[in-house]
Parts: sequence; C-alpha cells; structure tokens
Amino acid sequence: MMLRRGTAAAGVMLLLGGCAQYQHYQSIFGNAAVEGRDFNQLFVIFLVVCVIMYLAVIAFLFAGIARRRRSGDANVVEQGRQHDSDPLMRTGLVGWGAVIGVGLIALAIASFFADRSMAKAAGNEKLSITVTANQWWWDVTYNSADASKTLRTANELHLPVGVPVRIILRSNDVIHSFWVPSLTGKQDLIPGRQSDVTIVPTKVGIYRGQCAEFCGTQHAHMAFVVDVDSYPDFLKWWHHQLQPAPAPTTPLVQAGYNYVTGRQCAMCHNVSGTPASGQVGPDLTHLASRRTIAAGTLPMSKGNLYGWVEDPQSIKPGNHMPTIGLEPNDLHAVVAYLETLK
Amino acid sequence: MTERERVEQEDKRLAAEREKIARDGPKLKGAALEARLHAAWRRPPGIMGWLATVDHKEIGRRYIITALIFLALAGVLALLMRLQLARPDSNLISASRYNELFTMHGSTMMFLFAVPVMEGVAVFIIPLMLGTRSTAFPRLNAFSYFMYLFGGLMLWGAFVLNIAPDMGWFAYTPLSGPQFSPGKRADVWAQMITFTEVAALAAAVVLVTTILKTRAPGMTLARMPIFAWAMLVVGIMIIFSMPSVALASSFLISDRLVGTQFYNQAEHGDALLWQHLFWFFGHPEVYIIFLPATGFVSTIVETFCRRSIFAYPVVVLALISTGILAFGLWVHHMFATGLPRVGYSFYTAASMSVSIPTGLQIFCWLATMWDGRPRFQVPMLYVVAFIVTFVIGGLTGVIIAAVPLDLQLHDTYFIVAHFHYVLIGGAVFPLLGILTYWYPKITGRMMSERFGKISFWMVFLGFQLAFFPMHFSGLLGMPRRVYTYPAGLGLELPNMLSTIGAFVVALAVLIYVLNGVVSLYRGAIAPDNPWDSASLEWATSSPPPVYNFEHIPVVEGRAPLWDTEGDIPVISGLRVDEKEMLLTTVVSATPDLREPVPHASLWPFIAACAVGVFFVSSIFSPWAVVFGAIPSAIALTAWFWPKSLERHPEPVIA
Repeated sequence: MMLRRGTAAAGVMLLLGGCAQYQHYQSIFGNAAVEGRDFNQLFVIFLVVCVIMYLAVIAFLFAGIARRRRSGDANVVEQGRQHDSDPLMRTGLVGWGAVIGVGLIALAIASFFADRSMAKAAGNEKLSITVTANQWWWDVTYNSADASKTLRTANELHLPVGVPVRIILRSNDVIHSFWVPSLTGKQDLIPGRQSDVTIVPTKVGIYRGQCAEFCGTQHAHMAFVVDVDSYPDFLKWWHHQLQPAPAPTTPLVQAGYNYVTGRQCAMCHNVSGTPASGQVGPDLTHLASRRTIAAGTLPMSKGNLYGWVEDPQSIKPGNHMPTIGLEPNDLHAVVAYLETLK
Repeated sequence: MTERERVEQEDKRLAAEREKIARDGPKLKGAALEARLHAAWRRPPGIMGWLATVDHKEIGRRYIITALIFLALAGVLALLMRLQLARPDSNLISASRYNELFTMHGSTMMFLFAVPVMEGVAVFIIPLMLGTRSTAFPRLNAFSYFMYLFGGLMLWGAFVLNIAPDMGWFAYTPLSGPQFSPGKRADVWAQMITFTEVAALAAAVVLVTTILKTRAPGMTLARMPIFAWAMLVVGIMIIFSMPSVALASSFLISDRLVGTQFYNQAEHGDALLWQHLFWFFGHPEVYIIFLPATGFVSTIVETFCRRSIFAYPVVVLALISTGILAFGLWVHHMFATGLPRVGYSFYTAASMSVSIPTGLQIFCWLATMWDGRPRFQVPMLYVVAFIVTFVIGGLTGVIIAAVPLDLQLHDTYFIVAHFHYVLIGGAVFPLLGILTYWYPKITGRMMSERFGKISFWMVFLGFQLAFFPMHFSGLLGMPRRVYTYPAGLGLELPNMLSTIGAFVVALAVLIYVLNGVVSLYRGAIAPDNPWDSASLEWATSSPPPVYNFEHIPVVEGRAPLWDTEGDIPVISGLRVDEKEMLLTTVVSATPDLREPVPHASLWPFIAACAVGVFFVSSIFSPWAVVFGAIPSAIALTAWFWPKSLERHPEPVIA
C-alpha cells in the first residue's frame, strides 16, 4: 500500500514537472503545513481513481472503433434491436454503473475523512491573528489581551513553525479570499461576517499568498508574503515589530519625517511613535523590513520605493493611493525616511 | 322545427361546409397540394415579411447565426486575454480593460452563445424531428428571438461605448452593488440578464409545448428521439431555474436604482443571498448547455453507427435524473464561503452523484459504437473528440467536488481548465458536429468533408494545447481573473502554451466558418437523407418547404426511416387553405386536435421593441418602469387582440 502510494506520488510529481524547481513558493503541493499532507494524499487517491476510470473509457472507445465490422447495413440495424436485450451488454451496463457507484462512494468517504482530519487542528491555537482584507491590500493584526503587545502590520505574515495559529478573517469592503497555496486552502472574507482558518506550519520558508476571489480592478495585485520562521526567529521579529518607528537622525530623513507626518501621507497611514496615525491605509511603522511593496506588487528596494511613492497609479492603476506629484526634494526625503523604517 | 331537426340541419350544413374546405388526402396531393400549402404557409415578402415571420426554420436559423456571431466576438476577447497572459507582468492590456474582457467573454459565452445556440438548433430541428408543421406559439418564438437579439446588442453596444460590465460574469455582491460599482456597468449586465431570461423562458415554453403536444401520430414518449427528450428536460430546467436569476438580478437592479438593501449587510441584507440565488440558477445552467449536447451525441452516434441507441430507457432516465440532480449542487460553488461542515459533506456527495447518470450515458454511447458499425465522417469525429475531452472535464469535476481539494483548486486556472473541458469538450464539440450533420437539412447543401476534417483536427489539438496546461497553471497557484501574474512562479510555460493553443483553435474555427460559407454556394446538393439517418427531419426535402411536410407522417417505431422500406405512412385531413397543425396527446401521441397556426405578424417585433426600450431605459431611471410599461402593454394588447372567428368550429379529426 505504502509502495503504491509512493509510486503514485512520484507520478504526480513527474506530471507536475516544473513544480519542484520553483520550491512551492505558491504551489498547492507546497506541503508546508499539517493539512498539506492530507491534501496531497487525497489528491493522489482521486487522481489515481480518475486516471483508471479515464483509461477504461478510452479503452472501451478504441475497442469499439477497432471492432468496426463490415457486415451489411440492414443487418446492423436489425442486430442492434436484438442486442438491446443481450445479457452480456446488460451485464456490462449494470457493472459499469456499479463500478462508478462504488468508486464515488469510496472517494466521498476519503474526502469526508480528509476534511475532518484537516479540521482537527482548529481549537487549540496558540496564536491569534486578525487579517482584514481591503481593496487591494491586507491589514494584519497580531492579537493580544495586552494592548501594548498588539501588533499591526500589513501584507506580510510571520508564523512560528509548528505552532497552531488561528487567523480571523474579515473584510472592509467586498468579498476577498484568503489563500496561501503552500499552507492552506481558501477561505472567503465576506463583509459583515467573520470566518477563520487554522494553520500549523511544518516547514520554515517563505510562501506567497494571493486573493482568490475577484475583488475589482487590482485583484491581480493583492498578494502577501508568509514567512514561516523558527520560534526564536519569530519572537525576535515580533519584539522588533512592537518597537515604535526610529527617530530621524539626518537632516534628509528629518525632512522626510516632517513630510510623512505633516502632509498627505498621515491622512491614511499610521507610523507608530509619530503623529502619523491614519487608519485607512497600510501601517508603515516597519515598512522597510517587509519583502514587498503594495501587497506583493513590487519587491522592496530603494528604486521601487521611489517608483511607488512618486506614481502609485502607474504601477498599480486604480488603487486607492493617489499620485500626489511630490517635488523631487520631497521625494528624496520621503524615500530616505521610509528606508529607515526597518 | 323540432330541436332534433334543427340539429340535423345544422350537421348537414357543417358537413357541406367541410366539403368545401380543402384538405390534403387522396384527392389532393403532389404539385397541386404543394402549391396550395405553399400559398397558405408562405410569409409576406420583403423586409416587413422578414420582421413578421413566424416560421420556426427562419427563426431557428437566425438564432444559430446570431449565436455564432457572439461566439466569434467572445472568442476574439479570449484571444486578447491570452495575448495579455502570454508573458508575465505584461502591460499590453490595462487592468480595468482586462476585467471588462473576461466579464464580456463569460457573459457572452454563457448568455448570448451557449444557451441561445442550443435553443436555436432545437427551434429549427425539433418540429421537423417530430413530424409537424410548426412550433407551438410561433409568435412567442419570434418575440423570443428579438428579445435575445436586443439583449445582445445592448451588451455589446455598451462595450463599444465603454460602459461594459467589469465585475465578472457572476457579478458577486457587494462588488457589483451601488457602493463598489458606481456608474452603469453593472446595470447593463443585470438588464442583459433580464433580456436573455425573457428570451430563454419564452423559447423554453415554446419547446416544451411543441415536444409534448405536436408530435407525429404514433410517436409515443417511448419512441421520441433522444434529442427531443434532452430538449424537453432542458426546457423544464429553464422554466425552474431562470426565475431564480431573474429574482437575483431584479434585487440587484433595485439595490442600485431605488436604494433597496437586499444585499447590503449593514442594513440587514446579505451578500451571500446573491450567491445562493445566482448558483441555484447557475449550476442548472451548465446542464442546460450540456444536455442538448448529449442529445446531439446520441443523434450522431445512432446515425453513424447505424444502430439505435443502446438501452434507450437508461439514456432517457439519465437525462431526467441529471436534470433533477442539477438543482441540488449549487453549493459546491460556495465551499470557500465557510458553510457548516455537514453541508459540505452533503453537497460533495450530491455533486459526485451527478456523474452516475452521465457515466451511464457514456457507456450507452460506447456500447452503441461497439455494437454498431461506426463511419468516421466529420460529425462522428466530433463525438470521439467529445468523449476523449469531456470525460477529462467530468473527472476533474469529481476531483473538485471534494471539499478539501476544492478549497485549494477553487477559483484557480484548474477550474478554468475544468469548465472549458466540460463546456467546449462537452457542448461545443458536439455542436460543431451536429451543425455539420444538420447543415444539409438547413441549407440544402453539404459541407466540405476535407475542410471539415482539417478544422476538426486543428480545433481538437489546439483545444488540448490551450486548456490542458491550465490544469498546471492552477496547481502552481494561478488564480482566475488576474490580468497579470509575476515571473518566477513557473507560470510562464503553461501560459505561453495556452496562448498558442488558443490561436490554433481560433484559426480552426475560422476554417470551419469559411467552410460553412463557401459550401452555401459551392457545396454538393444535398439529397433528402444524405447520412442515411433514421429520424423524421430526413423524411422531407433539404431544405424543407415552408410547411415542412406535405402530409403528416405516422410513426410506428423508434427509428421511422429505418423501420420502413420506401414511403413512410402518413395521415391526411389537415386544411391546406389555412395554416393548420395537428396536436396529439401527450403520452401516446394519438391525434387530438387540429390547431390553427398564427400568421406572420409584426406585433411580436413591435412588442420586443417596446419591451426593449423599457428595459434599456430602466437602467437610467426607475420611472422607465412606469412609462415603459405603457407602450409594452399596448403592443401586447394588439398582439393578443381576439380574432373574429370566421370559420365554423369543426369536429375532431377522424
């Protein structure tokens, strides 16, 4: 049994050729969480059964074609009438129906047990995170009873390996869907409702998640990064993120600080430890520590920060951050300040 | 004069009247009969006659051609999308334009191509197949076509005017609601639904009544061609499912137009209500498209294997049970919304169970081929391609019926692959086959076999190249409806292959269409029954005369033209100076009534115009509902104005 399953799994991997080389960054065979194992097993079972059924149909089809007989036309019509009560063909029909029925019952049972097994992780979580979807970015809050330990970030999740995490899902506008193929299946975020998923990551690594329900113009650019760390690394990250933003040290950074906290930026964005406390856009407190800009649209780099701050509407057309036409001096200063938000 | 004498006198007078009325029969046949039938049935000439016609063959042809034009338009949109997706991070098409493209592609394919083309084929062929002279309610049939045409023109007019819908063909609230879709785009989409649902409901009523009441004498339900069974089931499914989407889209319009709150969570509405209402229609819709195609397959398999379908009762029961089960599956579109787990298990089982009747049908086709003598002309090739392709789509359907698998595969390109295998492999391949098969009956000429085979192989292989790699794009994590994707996820190769395949398919369809157009003028003249088929549409000339049959045929078995050597038996006694058709009983098809058939009339067209103006203007103002109802009511009143009865009522046919 194990051997057969192993062979089948190898077959799937062969079939999926390209997957391995991309290290399951966003593949559903990433198998980086507890439920991934159940998923892979179930998928292989279904695939094997379906391939067998398909081969049976094709074999019957080509047998019928190869058998094509040369007898006279009238004969065929006449024989056809008699053959409807032919016991062999009747048995074939009943047998075929029985095979389909039994196969489906087996698959339904397998699916039932996989579903329940995957649901088992829920209920004993050690960490609770609220993810709120917005057009087109993810607001992330690490919940804690202690307000000073409540951590807010955006478009990036850090999870400790081996720890069950409950992710509470909400939406501020339209329906989105939370999906990290390597870690968990989809769960819709529906305005006015609350849902959740529980993840137990099993492999350290970086995974990509993406909104999976069409949510408007920039649905394609509503991604996020999930960073599964060892527990000590996670704690280190967590403590660092709890710190307020560092104070400006150079005149250029000071100018950027003045602009960000005193002008348009602060209307929407929050930078902890500064007067900027807008709540409608992503939190910027540790922006530069993240891997991407604008919900997975661009990799984090100085050049991309320049591009994004100067003209977000040409990079992600239709998103809710306006192009405000910064003077070159202001732009230099703002980017310099943002870069210090490690 | 006693009462008795009075009755006798009246009987005599009626008998004398009847003598004067021209009937077909031994005294009247051949050219003389044809001339009189032609005079009674032909429509007025000219543009007015064109607009007024109630001939099911003309309406069916228009339906088919219009639907094929929409197929071509939606295909062009698909090519544009494939161009954009050929490479990662492509900037060929903007995000908002791309969203319009896939919304228009899906809406056009589902509402303006797939359902109407099936109805169009049925409207053309069903009366011929059943051996009658007209559909039931021919004016309603004409109205249905114009409503469909106007709905399609409105949607595509909006696209040209840059107010095309852009929220996906299933228009989830609240994205399609007043807050997140300002402007008129979503209203255009919702009113297009209203047009097509009126058209589809009208066509369904016409088809169901035609199938139940106008079959040739002797064509009991148990002798009815499988395609007629399929359309009967589909007609009933349309009647049960369309009201659901009618309700859903009316709620949406009133949310948007007059400030109701059906889908607004903040005011105790519910965004999920939309999904339930929409998919309660949307899932049966898939079978409304697929079941006619299974009827095509049964028709082709019978003819080209020269064997009646194996286990006819099983095939019929499979059609009926698929039609019923189709209404119990809609929740499998909503597994990711977070419903109770018991519900999940129920809908998994229900979704899987629908593959039992389909699996049995496939066995019956294969057994028919096994036991018969297949000839591999173009229509039969499409049936083989159908089986090879559709079964893959069916099996991936079983895979995504399992909740744990669906939660990963849902809304990815795996789903895109799945439903294109089911809809193109399961419905478009049989359609291309059946259009080749019925082409001689529709046009009187044969399509070129050579170009038919070339386009067949291109469409088949191109399809596999375009859609098989999408399974892998999905497994590698590519969601649906994204206008671009980043490099480095392994998506480059499958997407490039899909784009190449899409262009091969487009070229193949172009060859198919050119073959159809050239064959109109250059094709070999078709005999009455070029494929040596068994059903009644081949008992009349190709193309059929306007009155379909000189005499109404009588059916004694399941394969009328194979059962009889030479002329098939006929029944006579219908009037020839007036349009008249024979109604038979629902189950046993014994002659029941002679029914006058309406003449050509402009009122269906005028009514469609009035209702069309009403629907379109209600996009812009709720007052249109009040003022638009007035011309609509006038047109409908004129249409239904009682005619003075000039003829004497006549007894039931002997």
